[in-house]
Amino acid sequence: MSRASAIVLLLAALALPGEAYAHARGGEAAGLLAGLAHPVSGLDHVLAMIAVGLWGAQLGAPAVWLLPVTFPMVMAFGGMLGLMGVALPGIELGIAASAIALGYAVFREARPQPLLAALLVGAFAIFHGNAHGTELPPGGDGVLYSVGFVVATGTLHAVGIGFGLVHRWPLGRTALRAAGAGVALAGAFFLWRALSGLAA
Amino acid sequence: MRRVLSVAAVLGGVLGVPSRAHAHMMSTGLGPLYDGLAHLFVSPEDLLPVIALALLAGLRGTAAARAVLFSLTAAWLAGGAAAALVSLPALAPAAGAVVTVALGALVAADAKLPRGVLAAVAAVIGLTIAAGSSLSHAPLGAAALFAAGATASSFVVAALVAGQVSSVAAPGGRIAVRVAGSWISAIGLLMLGWALR
Repeated sequence: MSRASAIVLLLAALALPGEAYAHARGGEAAGLLAGLAHPVSGLDHVLAMIAVGLWGAQLGAPAVWLLPVTFPMVMAFGGMLGLMGVALPGIELGIAASAIALGYAVFREARPQPLLAALLVGAFAIFHGNAHGTELPPGGDGVLYSVGFVVATGTLHAVGIGFGLVHRWPLGRTALRAAGAGVALAGAFFLWRALSGLAA
Repeated sequence: MRRVLSVAAVLGGVLGVPSRAHAHMMSTGLGPLYDGLAHLFVSPEDLLPVIALALLAGLRGTAAARAVLFSLTAAWLAGGAAAALVSLPALAPAAGAVVTVALGALVAADAKLPRGVLAAVAAVIGLTIAAGSSLSHAPLGAAALFAAGATASSFVVAALVAGQVSSVAAPGGRIAVRVAGSWISAIGLLMLGWALR
């Protein structure tokens, strides 16, 4: 079978007539609102998202846009795995570790290569997506939930970048480092809570 | 080895076909033309590929944007007309999600596709989305009006988005467009998850 014929067959297979039916669907508003609200409903998620923006602002171009591009895409991949029933082990630990690592990076003003920073952010993003990308309320629209979830996450990055712009002033740099330390400490609390949950 | 990969790809595609295609039409209560106009705005799975395509075309400049705009519109109209005459299958949700992921990723990567390729992609997308509208259940006149409305809204969305993006010259503006592409790709990944759930 040649590659061309395989592609044609694949396209034909994807277009196979299924059971098509016209209907009025529902749950759009519930899905969108749930997606928008979900990323801001958990402090662990919020802190990690904002820390990504803060770190990006500290690092400057190209990391300032590379990190907020990487995180939602890998997070969505993690969400897709969750939807397909592939649960990652130690999700809560991974989320807590993300706050610690990202907060520490902001605190130390760590300056790795942009690609390395993106890899680190991506590695943590998969836990956030796997944990939070699938929590659709009953009757909600999954596609609009996804839209809301990604938009809210991206907006949190933008908020972090906005705060991170104070980096240009000496006092602002100190404030950013303090914010990073705060995120890392909060991450340590989340880690302790996750470990307590495992032990219980 | 290549043959094995080809067969595996086909099998994967066949196994990925959902049992039901969730084609739908919305009702505004104002008649089929307005139903068609509104359809795109309440169908994010159709709207996202159009926006991604317009972003991609806009990044390539005005000539590419024009080619995509008219190619998309003509194909959308042809697909709508075909759907009004015969019952055609809707694009499987998983396939639509893959298209969204791919288009978003191309925007994020600022892929420099030739104008002809962009126009061809626009034609395929317009044709497949419009052809899956399940219009054949409706009377021919109403189906034609619905198709006209849907074509008009796809034209307006693509024109506005591509026009805005093609006028962006500042590097920061182009980066914002690429970030938007990455968001669309991320949404597409989650759509794929919902489709394969």
